[in-house]
Amino acid sequence: MKPPPFRYAAPTSVEEVLDLLAANADAEPRVLAGGQSLVPLMNFRLAQPGFLVDLRLVEALTTLRTERDVLVIGAMVRQSAVERSPEVALAAPLLVEALGYVAHPPIRNSGTVGGSLAHADPSAELPAVALALDAELLTAGPSGTRTIPAAEFFRGPFTTALEPGEILTEVRIPRREGVGGYAFVEFARTHGNFALVGVAAVIEMEKDIVTGASITLSGVASTPVRAAAAERALAGTSADAATIEVAVDAAADELSPAGDLHGSTATRTDIARSCLRGGIQLALSRAQDRR
Amino acid sequence: MDKYDITLIVNGRSSTVSVEPRKLLVDVLREDLGLKGTHIGCEHGVCGTCTVLLKGRSIRSCITFAVQADGAEIRTVEGLANGADLHPLQDEFWTKQGLQCGYCTPGMLMRACEIIEQNPDPSPEQVREGIASNLCRCTGYQFIIEAVCAAAGRMRGEEQRPDQATMPTEAKA
Repeated sequence: MKPPPFRYAAPTSVEEVLDLLAANADAEPRVLAGGQSLVPLMNFRLAQPGFLVDLRLVEALTTLRTERDVLVIGAMVRQSAVERSPEVALAAPLLVEALGYVAHPPIRNSGTVGGSLAHADPSAELPAVALALDAELLTAGPSGTRTIPAAEFFRGPFTTALEPGEILTEVRIPRREGVGGYAFVEFARTHGNFALVGVAAVIEMEKDIVTGASITLSGVASTPVRAAAAERALAGTSADAATIEVAVDAAADELSPAGDLHGSTATRTDIARSCLRGGIQLALSRAQDRR
Repeated sequence: MDKYDITLIVNGRSSTVSVEPRKLLVDVLREDLGLKGTHIGCEHGVCGTCTVLLKGRSIRSCITFAVQADGAEIRTVEGLANGADLHPLQDEFWTKQGLQCGYCTPGMLMRACEIIEQNPDPSPEQVREGIASNLCRCTGYQFIIEAVCAAAGRMRGEEQRPDQATMPTEAKA
């Protein structure tokens, strides 16, 4: 199908974007970033915004830079640009690895990191990565700007802490140059399709002892979730095979993914176990290689 | 609904068209510019037959509004051949039977253009991975992969066919 009619504007500043969203609040306005989720939804007429504010000309949202201790990704930076960036490869290799699983290159040429986070699909890779990396999301709205930790940003399926009239402007990721090991693994029926389960893991070690672990999952709940029990089980140990199994069991015990035709609760939990094990092992081996 | 005047530079030729903002890029290419080479398949970004190059990068023109491409350079399958001289990719798709029904072909060709542009010497495995974004229900992909690898070789200046001593200018760009 084709999208229903809507009114359109392509302003050049965040202020104009906010003014347009406020002035057209009755039309259920949406912002358009890369459009790789929104336009298909509009083609299906599952989304019918009466007003679209296109962010493509807002220069301020195209920044990709490293500051002292954070990597800053503007809301309009395309996923493929993030994937190719040497700065990102150093500061957040987990993000680069996860991007390789996001749809296909032609989608990533248009799609944005910010758009994927604001869309908040529970099966998507990037929200789980933002959570694992303790990213902060900067927003701008009628009542000013806010900085929202990833842990508070994702509220439900396709639901975030963004208020009506508020937009995501920047993603700020703590830099992890030379710190520990990372891994993103997932299970998808078809390469490039949404995964049933994904796992993002960051593990830091000192003298063969795990000093910190950050492990998150996608696809097992209405938002990405932290595998806190696995993190606790690994911390302070040498993470041998038996400890990894304890960590996987502990994390899986806390999961109760909703079943659907793509996989029952039991199947998804089993896949989550496998992804957790694989993710932890890969992150550990990279942490060990680094030393 | 209001229409917007947009300018698209398609295959080197600039055109200004007046479009509703809801009009998809693929529909503007086909209906307003008469370039029917780009096909419409799934209309939700999955099949890849609508793939075109926007600013040199492959995108899905069925999930891109034409207004989003205002002012941009676009390359479609019509821009590959140089007059009667087929682009090496087109020629290899033909000789190696990289198509049967032909529906996926325009998207496959444009995606292959980007793959070779980013890596002039791709392995068959890299081509296989690269074209995973595009569905073909006829060929089983094997002949497409062979065609892309052979075209890449010719574009590197290797394995030239005697009847193709001069490559189309597009291929050198």
